[in-house]
Amino acid sequence: MVDLGDRHLLGTEGLTSEEITLILDTAESMVEIGQREIKKVPTLRGKTVVNFFYEPSTRTRSSFEIAEKRLSADIVNFSASGSSVSKGETLLDTARTLEAMEPTFIVIRHGASGAARFLADRCRASIINAGDGMHEHPTQALLDAFTMRRHKKKLAGLNVAIVGDITHSRVARSNAYLLATMGARVTFCGPATMIPPHVECLGARVELSMEKALEGVDVIMMLRIQRERQSRLALPSLREYTRLYGLDRRRLSLAHPEALIMHPGPINRGVEIADDVADDQRSVILEQVANGVAIRMAVLYLLARNWDAHEAS
Amino acid sequence: MKLPDEPSQPLLLKGGCLLDPASGRHENHDLLLAEGRIKALAPDLHAPDARVLDVSGKWVAPGFIDMHVHLREPGGEDAETIATGTRAAVAGGFTAVAAMPNTSPVNDDQSVTRFMLAQAAREGVARVHPIGCVSKGMSGVELTEMGNQVEAGCVAFSDDGKPVASAQVMRRALEYSSVFGVPIIDHCEEPTLAAEAVMNEGIVSTALGLRGMPDEAEEVMVDRNIRLAGLTGGRVHIAHISTRGAIESVRRGKEAGVRVTAEVTPHHLLLTEEAVRGYDTDFRMNPPLRTEVDRVACVAGLVDGTIDAIATDHAPHAREFKNVEFNAAPNGVIGLESAIPVLMDRLVATGLLAPARLVEALTAAPSRILNLEGQGSLAVDSLADVTVLDPDRPFTVEARRFRSLSRNTPFNGWRCRGSVTFTIVAGHLVHDGRGDLAG
Repeated sequence: MVDLGDRHLLGTEGLTSEEITLILDTAESMVEIGQREIKKVPTLRGKTVVNFFYEPSTRTRSSFEIAEKRLSADIVNFSASGSSVSKGETLLDTARTLEAMEPTFIVIRHGASGAARFLADRCRASIINAGDGMHEHPTQALLDAFTMRRHKKKLAGLNVAIVGDITHSRVARSNAYLLATMGARVTFCGPATMIPPHVECLGARVELSMEKALEGVDVIMMLRIQRERQSRLALPSLREYTRLYGLDRRRLSLAHPEALIMHPGPINRGVEIADDVADDQRSVILEQVANGVAIRMAVLYLLARNWDAHEAS
Repeated sequence: MKLPDEPSQPLLLKGGCLLDPASGRHENHDLLLAEGRIKALAPDLHAPDARVLDVSGKWVAPGFIDMHVHLREPGGEDAETIATGTRAAVAGGFTAVAAMPNTSPVNDDQSVTRFMLAQAAREGVARVHPIGCVSKGMSGVELTEMGNQVEAGCVAFSDDGKPVASAQVMRRALEYSSVFGVPIIDHCEEPTLAAEAVMNEGIVSTALGLRGMPDEAEEVMVDRNIRLAGLTGGRVHIAHISTRGAIESVRRGKEAGVRVTAEVTPHHLLLTEEAVRGYDTDFRMNPPLRTEVDRVACVAGLVDGTIDAIATDHAPHAREFKNVEFNAAPNGVIGLESAIPVLMDRLVATGLLAPARLVEALTAAPSRILNLEGQGSLAVDSLADVTVLDPDRPFTVEARRFRSLSRNTPFNGWRCRGSVTFTIVAGHLVHDGRGDLAG
């Protein structure tokens, strides 16, 4: 039986195509559980999962929570506001406190790049990165790949355009690593102020013109423009952004006729994506959300198997 | 300096190889120290009243001068004090350190300068040369009373940690300091280009999702400073130079006759941005670790003399401030107790850097830049500050054994060939490294 090589999931960088395929295949069987009348299996019974969300998050957090519940884990939720974090406790002390509760898993969302790694270096628990700063968001990339594979049968050879603020996007990084490993071709598109230097190290190419970036692509992934993160120097105005990089019908027509429209959410209708395009039949935005539960179940299941093997040895 | 009250017994160093770049001497000679001065050097010296140190097979050099350290006193005594910092210095082979003014309060007034020197006299075991602020409150607006501060003992002026952002303030600082013949030391960083950056901008920052600063943030300020030094005739010293382009600018500036000098740190000579990949905050400093191209340029610049001096930028931080997310950590690493072994091992033992050039960059060069009369040379009548190196003795950098109060070194665990055997300040043996455990 194939196993994940690591006891943590910190990123998609470094995952092999075998490991990625294992997670995606496992998620297929998790979808089936979600279709049962009683959507619950005893896999994680007796194991504790701490959901530790330093940044606000609705969909990722509830997706993890549903996945954990379907696997019968005991769940503890922490968020930054109203906890010891808001009283000035350091990440290190918070981690030690959580560790004292002997969780099997800590799922962490944090605003600092490297925060998941910080915990992994200091905790016994398996760490799952639910988004760290501008670094990685591996379960998002896995659920995106899962969604693409369900529609397009395979990832190798797919042309994927990722449009938006690449510099600040952990979703773009995790997708680029994963898709490159699986043999897909990724094009980043956005104004040059939103493209990080040496971006080719992520395994993607860059196209500043949206029209050129979309030509014949199989998948269009639009990223949320995070108004709060934008300085006036990266983006003169949302109006101009929409005019240059918003996905509308005209631009959609440049892609492959059966191109998937994806978005990690939450979407800004009328900003990066036109209202009618978001609701187009080619849009799989809500499927992505549904698939997120199956992917997170698969990741928890596979890491728990590693945990048990480790504890047994 | 807190040294024994009784006059020191004369010291006779026998059988060593003198390495004195100031005089060009590189030969086997004995060296006699008495009354705080260098008394004599000759192939075979005898002094019946002297304590004899057998230094055969060792290199005998002028006492090393670290022209860029942060002693943290006053105000940051959890991280370092003048007492512990100077102990770390002599353990690392340094007999003198120049102390940066970003203390609390900052050293922008002769009262702070005098306090530091009084502390050094009470508790220090190495010479301490305060560096004063360029601007009052280090706020980059008004010049400090440089004349008063020089009289109190400042050897240079710097707003280190911050650049002098305003070109006009830098111009006036270069003009005014030239009255006293002292240099302006600038931490070259264009502040808006470097805003919020925590590492070098490049492949690694993009992969890690950390905000980077481009080389150009350093280079535009180096270029500006060289032009302003040319305009004013003042002396500018580039602190911790780190990019190929900046080194190229200094080279051109020197060729054009501008009074510009530069220093480089051991970490910029030996490490690159790749070290940041594990988000270990002991590799976070400013300027950040750069690329291999830059590292190689630093070595080349040191070898050919474009870069005058080696300085550690010893920047102690208490552990609780460094054991945090990379974004949240302060900049800076310590260097006093690791610099010589790591440089001996990686640059000298490998043949990249001649022993005499290493010693020059730690002695004659900083002495010349800071006008430290009687230091940086083994000439007769110089101060009896001597560093004895053993080029063959193995040494492992172990942070937990440091005399420094802080542990934030990027070199922990490095096994080195070459270490400090003796450090002598004013004729007193203040460090005997023979007891240090070999690795």
